[in-house]
Amino acid sequence: MGSYSSELKRSKDSDESARRSSFPDEVLERVLSLLKSHRDRSSVSLVCKDWYNAERWSRTHVFIGNCYSVSPEIVARRFPRIRSVTLKGKPRFSDFNLVPENWGADIHAWLVVFAAKYPFLEELRLKRMAISDESLEFLAISFPNFKALSLLSCDGFSTNGLAAIATHCKNLTELDIQENGIDDKGGSWLSCFPESFTSLEVLNFANLTSDINFDALEKLVGRCKSMRVLKLNRSVSLEQLQRLLVSAPQLAELGTGSFSQELTIHEYEDLESTLSNCKNMHTLSGLWDAKGIYLPALYPACSHLTFLNLSYAALQSVELAKLLAHCPRLKRLWVLDTVEDKGLEAVGLNCPLLEELRVFPADPFDDEIVHGVTEAGFVAVSFGCPRLHYVLYFCRQMTNAAVATIVQNCPDFTHFRLCIMNPGQPDYLTNEPMDEAFGAVVKTCTKLQRLSVSGLLTDLTFEYIGRYAKNLETLSVAFAGRSDWGMQCVLGGCPKLRKLEIRDCPFGNAALLSGLEKYESMRSLWMSACNVTMNGCRLLAREMPRLNVEVMKEDGSDDSQADKVYVYRSIAGPRRDAPPSVLTL
Amino acid sequence: MSTPLEHDYIGLAETSSMERSSEKLSSSSSSSIPSIEDKTSKTANDTCLNLKETELRLGLPGSQSPERKLSLFGQDLETNDKSNGFAGSPLKNLVSGAKRGFSDAIDGSNGKWVFAMNGKSDVELAKGAALASPRVGLDSKTNSQQAKTSVSVMKEVVGVPQSPKPVQDKNNLVPPVNDHAIAPASKAQVVGWPPIRSFRKNSMASNLAKNSDEGAGCLYVKVSMDGAPYLRKVDLKTYNNYMEFSSALEKMFSCFTIGQCNSSGLPARDGLSESRLMDLLHGSEYVLTYEDKDGDWMLVGDVPWEMFTDSCRRLRIMKGSEAIGLAPRAMEKCKNQN
Repeated sequence: MGSYSSELKRSKDSDESARRSSFPDEVLERVLSLLKSHRDRSSVSLVCKDWYNAERWSRTHVFIGNCYSVSPEIVARRFPRIRSVTLKGKPRFSDFNLVPENWGADIHAWLVVFAAKYPFLEELRLKRMAISDESLEFLAISFPNFKALSLLSCDGFSTNGLAAIATHCKNLTELDIQENGIDDKGGSWLSCFPESFTSLEVLNFANLTSDINFDALEKLVGRCKSMRVLKLNRSVSLEQLQRLLVSAPQLAELGTGSFSQELTIHEYEDLESTLSNCKNMHTLSGLWDAKGIYLPALYPACSHLTFLNLSYAALQSVELAKLLAHCPRLKRLWVLDTVEDKGLEAVGLNCPLLEELRVFPADPFDDEIVHGVTEAGFVAVSFGCPRLHYVLYFCRQMTNAAVATIVQNCPDFTHFRLCIMNPGQPDYLTNEPMDEAFGAVVKTCTKLQRLSVSGLLTDLTFEYIGRYAKNLETLSVAFAGRSDWGMQCVLGGCPKLRKLEIRDCPFGNAALLSGLEKYESMRSLWMSACNVTMNGCRLLAREMPRLNVEVMKEDGSDDSQADKVYVYRSIAGPRRDAPPSVLTL
Repeated sequence: MSTPLEHDYIGLAETSSMERSSEKLSSSSSSSIPSIEDKTSKTANDTCLNLKETELRLGLPGSQSPERKLSLFGQDLETNDKSNGFAGSPLKNLVSGAKRGFSDAIDGSNGKWVFAMNGKSDVELAKGAALASPRVGLDSKTNSQQAKTSVSVMKEVVGVPQSPKPVQDKNNLVPPVNDHAIAPASKAQVVGWPPIRSFRKNSMASNLAKNSDEGAGCLYVKVSMDGAPYLRKVDLKTYNNYMEFSSALEKMFSCFTIGQCNSSGLPARDGLSESRLMDLLHGSEYVLTYEDKDGDWMLVGDVPWEMFTDSCRRLRIMKGSEAIGLAPRAMEKCKNQN
């Protein structure tokens, strides 16, 4: 057996090397250029040196999940032919005001390098980065081929920056401004698109609050015949919407403006008939202040709808039920909890193809609220929607039994984000911790990639997670756990863990240090308001030089406490742009 | 609209249930402030309220009204069908395994946890308070005072699972309840929780402003007063001007400011509605402020009454010491209008 197989192997090797030497790089590159997934590309680049080179020359899109894990110079050196960049900056908890201002993640240094190395850059997609108006202007004038700009949860810029983009980017196809901390100085930026400009395909300014020049918008939409995504802001009225849709019935994604103007019968009928002409519409959002009586105008447009975002429309259960009756193909649904459990029952009844559900709280801070959704609504959806795999659910009560039923009905969850809004709240029927709920999730849902836990949780939850969540990549924990052991279980299990974010948990230095080897295989770790001390962080920094260990101190806190800790791997070394409130150890 | 509106909702019929509940409470808690328990029966709220409920509920986002059993605090006094079969008394809930474990975690920790309670020094309390970033709640301009208040309230609230007593006894280092029981109306008592992006929070806030209590032709807004153990609600539509409004508020909150809001000494004035309110409150070292549709805190009295009712979402009677910068303006305004 031994000699035969080694002979076979040797002959195979020589065949392969013969094949390899006659295999032109151009062909390899051509083949590899068809690879889109950056994970596949990473795997490919590890095969051998030839493949590494072929891959780097053929890569046109680079995804950088943590802007500080690498420097723009390193990126430019490795990938000479990039045309599209996706960059993410601040830790996710910055969305919830947990990260100090001026923390960093400024795009400008990247733009400067890109202007030199990638003059033909076409796309830039940023998430949680800081970007100034000056940077936007620099972007607009440095890249003549620039096509697509997408900003999600970014800050530091104003509508003046948008005006620069509109003015200078002659080939712009996409301008997507979502949920940013933007300084809205007015809507005149939209008038900056020149008359000759016709290439826009995606326009999303739903995030902005001020009025835009409707005339300019109408003309813009009229001359951009390829427009397929249009998301308006709240200042656009129903009547104006109708006029826009007349010139853009080809829209695939529509975000309406305010859906509550007083309409005459005639105007309403016009709206209805215009909407019914939108045969391509698969995504609908906006619907600010939606009045129930106008929703039927949407019905004809809903037959092919796959994504319905009602998270800014405070609908009641009956209104939602009626609307959903017309949306049989729905795959993704975002709603406010004003629809209550009855509304969710309607989801279960009408949307058998549903894959994603997000329920947001309409009034998250009111302690007198007596409505919203409960475990019953979630259970109802699970019975009617077996394909459900992504859920984000804000509620005020939950039980272990309900979650067990839900995952039994829907075992394919990849993203399970449950937010019981009252921190540390137990199963309201049994008064027990919610350990068994999340135990059921990780045991049943073997494909689980992302998990957010809430409610009263002991270390047992984390034992379950560590033991069963073999595909888990992202874990968010708040107000949970009893001791270091909980966090140790997670760090000791979960082989695919990449992002771990923890707040207000009793995990201390022992837990932090138990993950020493793990952190290098992860993108990042966030711990705030836990029991970690400066000494613990210093030890971590000392033991793991390839990790950046950053501590953010609160005003007036104890010197020895590490109030907020952010740990991430980096090949660029410690960053030099940290503000004084961020200590790099 | 009837006058002394608050009396409509008290009603003798309710006192019996309130008495029942306050009896239950006093049997399960060993210490409570008698004067505040007396006030229990006077609350305008149509749910059974007592000090403990008020303390607890004020801390937490999304905590439930008593009808919905909030078992973490075990204070619900309404017997709930679902809970009846399970726990004999609310107090039992408090010492169930889960909660003991929870408090164990507090005790067993190195004491650095922000919710740790027993025997904590003031330094740690302050530290805990400071841990809450100044940017609390809907409005990023909310000041750190609010954050400190809210975290202190969180501390008290979290201590409750052990028994109501620790709130009073063990935590003698926690400032007296009255000083901190009312957080300003900004509801996010814990920074960044629930985890909702600012854009959505702000959008919802303006939604609320539009939709709140408008349907019935009334405009109920909450009124909080620093140092008072519970809030009140007033229907702005029942008043025609600042003068009526201010005297109603004065009556409502006089129990908390005995000797300070003394209307008898002030002459009746017609047509100087704004300044009278300022006089009243200026004299009593309180400043009346309100949160407008944009989430900003404004001084009451600057704008015409109609504009005020249009834009007012909630009110806060702020201690003068906190309103440095506002109070002097009030003085000048009074002087100008006199």
